[in-house]
Order: sequence, then C-alpha cells, then structure tokens
Amino acid sequence: MATRTQFENSADIGVFAKLTNAYCLTAVASSSNFYSVFEAELADVIPVIHTTIAGTRIVGRLCAGNRHGLLVPSTTTDQELQHLRNSLPPAVAIQRVEERLSALGNVIACNDYVALVHPDIDRETEEIIADTLKVEVFRQTVAGNVLVGSYCALTNQGGLVHPKTPRAELDELSSLLQIPLVAGTVNRGSDVIGAGLVVNDWCAFAGLDTTATEISVVEATFRLQGQTSAAVINEMRDSLIDNYA
Amino acid sequence: MVLMDYEPSAQGQESYILCADCGTVISSANGAGLCVGCLRNSIDITEGIPKEASLMFCRGCERWSSPPTAWVNAQPESRELLALCLKKISRPLQKVRLIDAAFIWTEPHSRRIKIKITIQKEVLANTVLQQTFVLVFVVHTGQCPACTKLAAKNTWKATVQVRQKVTHKRTFLWLEQLILKHNAHKDTININEKRDGLDFFYSERNSAIKMVEFLAGVVPCRVKSSEQLISSEKQSNTANYKFTYSVEIVPVCKDDLVCLPSSQAKSWGNITPLTICSRVGNSMHLLDPMTLQQTDVTAPVYWRGPFEALATVTDLVEFVVLDIEPSGPVRGKYVLADAQVTRTTPTNAENDQDGMGDDGTFHTRTHLGAILQPGDTVLGYHLTKSNFNSDHYESLDAGRIPDVILVRKTYPNRRRKARPRNWKLRSIAKEAEDVTDGANTLGRGALGRRGGVDQKNVERDYELFLRDLEEDKEMRAAVNLYRHDEIKKDADGDMEMDAAPAKPGSGMRGGKQRRGKAAAAMEVEEDLQGVQDADGSEADDEEEDFPEIGVDELLEHFEEMGMTDELEGGEEVN
Repeated sequence: MATRTQFENSADIGVFAKLTNAYCLTAVASSSNFYSVFEAELADVIPVIHTTIAGTRIVGRLCAGNRHGLLVPSTTTDQELQHLRNSLPPAVAIQRVEERLSALGNVIACNDYVALVHPDIDRETEEIIADTLKVEVFRQTVAGNVLVGSYCALTNQGGLVHPKTPRAELDELSSLLQIPLVAGTVNRGSDVIGAGLVVNDWCAFAGLDTTATEISVVEATFRLQGQTSAAVINEMRDSLIDNYA
Repeated sequence: MVLMDYEPSAQGQESYILCADCGTVISSANGAGLCVGCLRNSIDITEGIPKEASLMFCRGCERWSSPPTAWVNAQPESRELLALCLKKISRPLQKVRLIDAAFIWTEPHSRRIKIKITIQKEVLANTVLQQTFVLVFVVHTGQCPACTKLAAKNTWKATVQVRQKVTHKRTFLWLEQLILKHNAHKDTININEKRDGLDFFYSERNSAIKMVEFLAGVVPCRVKSSEQLISSEKQSNTANYKFTYSVEIVPVCKDDLVCLPSSQAKSWGNITPLTICSRVGNSMHLLDPMTLQQTDVTAPVYWRGPFEALATVTDLVEFVVLDIEPSGPVRGKYVLADAQVTRTTPTNAENDQDGMGDDGTFHTRTHLGAILQPGDTVLGYHLTKSNFNSDHYESLDAGRIPDVILVRKTYPNRRRKARPRNWKLRSIAKEAEDVTDGANTLGRGALGRRGGVDQKNVERDYELFLRDLEEDKEMRAAVNLYRHDEIKKDADGDMEMDAAPAKPGSGMRGGKQRRGKAAAAMEVEEDLQGVQDADGSEADDEEEDFPEIGVDELLEHFEEMGMTDELEGGEEVN
C-alpha cells in the first residue's frame, strides 16, 4: 500500500519524515497536510510524532532508527529529546550519538535486523548502532556512493537501491542483508531513493512525482499488496491447472 | 599478440531498471531513469528556439542583410548564407550545442529557405539529448540603402573639382600618379574630365574632404567649398546637402618663366622679377638663375597676389653649350656658371634679322653649372626672340634682361632612338574602368577620356611627362614605377615610319597601340626640334650622365593586378 504525498511542494518527503515499524516522525510544517497523510494511514497502529531535530525540519535525514530504537545526532536539544522520549513507545530506546557525520539518516540505512553504514563512520558509533538498534552493522557503499542512507530504502521485506547499482553488487548486498533488493527510481527518475521514499513493513509513502510504474516497483519490492505478483501468477496457474485438470 | 583488457566480471556490471514512465526495462546508464522515448516526449530541448524567421534580400544587388547594417553577397545554399541564417537564432543557440546544420532544398520562387538543424543539450543530470528540427526562413525582398540611393539617382554626395588653368595636362598626369601612389582615390566613385581639370565624385562628404586635404598637401592650391540643399525635413530638423569643393591649382608649373610685379619681387627678399619656377611641391619655388636667389611661394601667399607664367615649357627652345665656366657661387645642387650657347637650329634668315652683328652665340649666366658640359644640349627661353604680352615684363629694364635663360638639360641623342621603356605607370582609368566610357577611353588615366579634339595633345603631354620622369630623379621618387617585362625585339619590321625597334605587343591590338605611341614620340621630337635632324647616323654616342632608371626602382606587381596590355587602352590612337 503506497501513498503519494509532498511536503510543502517538495517531493523529497524522505527528508522530512522517518518511518519505522514502531513509530513515525514528521517535520513541523506550516500546515498539517503532510502530517495528516501519515496520520490517516498510521494513526491506529503506531504513533505519528511531530518533531524537530536540532531545531530543523529535516528530521528524516538527521536521525536513524528501527523498531528497537532511535538514534539522534548530538545537536538534538534536550527539550526535543524529552519530547521524543515522551512520545515514543517505551520499548523503543532513544540514543544521542556523538558522530562527526551528524546526518545519521544519510549515513545509516537499516531494517530491524541489519544496517548498512557509511564506511568512514566511528567505531564507537558503530557499536552504539549495533547496541541500540539491535542490528548487525556492515560498512558498505551503494553504487559507489558512501551515503548509503540516501541511496537506498530498506525494510524487513525487501529493499530499493540506487538505479545504477550493478547486478553483482546487488547480489552482494542482498546476501548481506538477507532480503531481496531491486534497483529502481522514485520521483520520476530520481536516484535519491532515501529522499523520495519512506517505507516500513506494511506501508510506503513516496514523493508526489513518483509515477505509477515506480509505485508498482515499490509495492512489489516491499511486498505491500499482501501478495507478490509471482504469488498471483502461481495462484492463477494453480486455479487454471485446477480447472483444466 | 592480442592485448586484452581486464574487465572485472563485465556481465555483472550492468543494471536494469524500469522506465519511470512506461515501465519498459532499460539500462540505468542514462541517469534520467527514463527510456529515450519518454525522455523525448517529456523534454523539448528546442524550446525557446524560433522555428520561423525572416531574411532581407536586396533585389537590386542580390545581397542579404546581415544585421545590424551590413549587406553581404551569398550564393543560395552557400556557407555564407548558412552562417547568416544561423546568426538569426544565435542567441537561443547559445544555450544548446549545435551539432549540424544543412539546407533542405526549396523551390527558389517559394521564397522560403529551410535549414535542418541538429542540436544537443544536457537535460536532468548527465543526460545529453540530441534533437533535429527544421527552421524555415521567409525571404523578404527589399532594397538596400546603396540600391535605394542608386535608384534615386543620388549617387554622389560630394564632388571635388580640381582645376588648373594652363594649356597642358602635365600637372594632372603627375597628380594622377601621386593619387595612385598614396591610394587617395580609394573612395572615389567616379572621375570626370572637364575643361582644365578633373571632377572627383564621392558618396560621403568625409571622403571628399580627405581628398581635398590630400591635394592641399601635394600641390599649392586654393579651396572653395559650397553646398546645395537637396531636401530638408523640418520635423526632425535634418537636411540633405550636396557638397562641392572647388580646388584651383596654381597655374604656374615647373620650368615656367615668371615675371613678378616689381613690388612683389621686392617684398620677397628683393628677388629679380624675372625668375623661373624651379620646383612645385606643397609650395612653389622661384629661382633667379642669375644669382641663385630663391624664394618660396606658398599657396596663400600666391593667391594674395596671383601672377601668371610668362612663358611655359612649350616655349622652350634648344641650345648647344659651347663653353661653360663656373663663376663661384653654389647653392645646393645649383652652381652658378657663365655659359656660351648657340641655337641648335640656326636659320640664316634669323641671323641676318638680328642686326646685332653677332654670330648667333649668346652669353648668359645659368644655375646649371653643375651638370652642363660643353657640347651638351640644353633647353632655355630665348628672350630676345620672344614677344611677351605682359606689363610687368615691359616695365623691366631692357638692358638687364638676359638674351637667354637656360632651364633644363636635355638628352636629344638618347631620344633620337625611340628605345622602349623598361617601365610603365599605372593609371586610375584602368582601375575605375566604366563600361559606358570604354569606347572612348584612351588609356591615359583619367585624362584624355573625352577623345576627339585634344587626344593628340594628351598623347604629347603624356610622352613629355614620361620624359620628365626619366630625366628627374626627384620627381621619380614620388611616384610608383612598374617593371615592364615584355620587351623583346619585334621581328616584323612593318613600321614604315621608323626602323628603330618598337615595343612589341602581345596581340594585334597591343601592337597597334604601340605604334600609336611611337608616332606620338616622333611628333614630340619634331615639335621640339622644329626640323628633323637630317643626319640620323651620327647619334650613336650615348649620353653618359643620363639619369637611368635602375631596375631596383621599379615595382613588380603591375601584371598581377590583372591589368593586361589588352585592357590598357581601349582604342588605338590614330
């Protein structure tokens, strides 16, 4: 189930929102449209939280997290930290990270079990990631880009990566992450997947420019329709075989 | 041995994605995430480039307008025309890369020019799109300003009328060479010969003023300018004038005898009133041959009290130097000397009438002491045999007037053999050759075009002018002489008038014309000598001090200018 939306006329919604299986963060906008879209989809299941990080609206790029925890950069104020702590479910750990590469959303791409990180990230940060998010951490690049968080979107079901990722690298990453990976685009040909798409195990939000083809790729990749196309074909074949047998 | 590049697992390096628009599988290499078809559909790189424009074409001169003001010649489907067309869309083309441009054939009467243009432009990130489109030009016909002017018969805007009130044309022949040398006729659109002078026509007033300034720089003259109102517009306060500059050259030439009014002579350094004009440049130099006293008369000074020549070159008669003795004073190249001369063609009758009891020998003082030797021939004015109609001359003390004033050394032996010249001159007529006048053109430059009556005089003057050039180094230095290569013996020998080797022509016409020239030379000879010397065989001795024209003085480019002998004249002389 994928929804198209935009943040104040910008299709790069991944910059302004962070979605995990346990919570959703959205930036504070002048109107509530953006927030409402998320709320309409998610409010029954997980908390949707209005927040700023370090006084900015680019919450999606500054923090990283999964259902086990949330990492925020060192520039986050105490007040924001307190607000987040109050809003997040108690099972989610929240941790401030002293890291030179402070845009954690750009340098960390993770699901609930594994994380790809920027090759130059601190060893201590790496440990914090592993402890807080309860993931296995791999230092990796995606199609030659070190900003793994920007160029891929991962869930426990699958992952969408930079369109120029070669087949061999796709296979390598896929075996690391133990999920199927697809190279693709969002926002009508944009290769910054992390900026154009926020996704968790059951729903996805894409930028308003995203075409139907791209939506279908996203839905197939992240298995958002409840059943894959392969499953549909299998089902059809089964019924056909059943009919003509 | 075959070198093979190492390519790490080439088959795993490509990646495929679905086109964002149509969903077909494409290689992700183009960076846009779209297939070529979708990319082309969504982005138009020719946006902002006009697909239709117009060109101005002048019907009269068949030139194209090249904004802002130029008009250029260009053949259909030529490079120049393509450049002109592309210039029309140069501004929008700056934003894209021009790959190719070619004409598409169109029927000329359709007044359309079609150009197929291929451009490239980078779109999105790292994606270069190439597109081809057709640009249509509508050809508008009109008139360029030059043709408008021509159609309105408004061809000239300024004219320079150069006049010299003398009987011969030598000054103008000389002026023509000066003009050619300094390229002063560059902007001249037409030259007309008028009585006593030439008219130069210009399309711009500035060019005429330039010409006038040039003339004022090389000859003593006075200029009067006037203007004629052609049209005026009161609204915009503009007026259209034609300008006329009247340039009158001082009517005294080199070697002329001048008798000054005594008051004027006194004020000019108390020079003797009877002087000869030794040189005419920017100003006029008067020389008293008896004392070597000189005075320099500038044009303004002359026009304050104009005087005429008492006798001119045509009045010169030939003398033979019997004896010469320098008497001391030297001034520049002039050396004062006492000379004893006699007429080369004495007639007994004249001697008898003389009544002076002399033997036809005259004693005089001359400034030519440096170059005259006993036995030399010299030209001079025979004052006692002349009858001048001048009040100033009458008022002179008759006892102080010399019998003879010697002016210039000549080289008759040299002349007797009509030897070919190894040099020639350019002329303006050849360059500004107008078809209408072609039949009457004589080939003497701007002069002699009227043909008919004074053709003979012009031929004569031209021959004399050439001789002047040959005999005067200073004069020669101021003009361009060109080498005349085709001198060879003429084997025909069909020239009945003289057996001397004549200049051969490359064709029938050239030959005829040469004969005409030779005839002119002969005539001049007769004029000067009065009676042809009966004894032609003795003239074998060369003049040693003849100022030969060295080959290094001659320029070579004459033939390369496309001026062949056939074009030179037009019609033969006789």
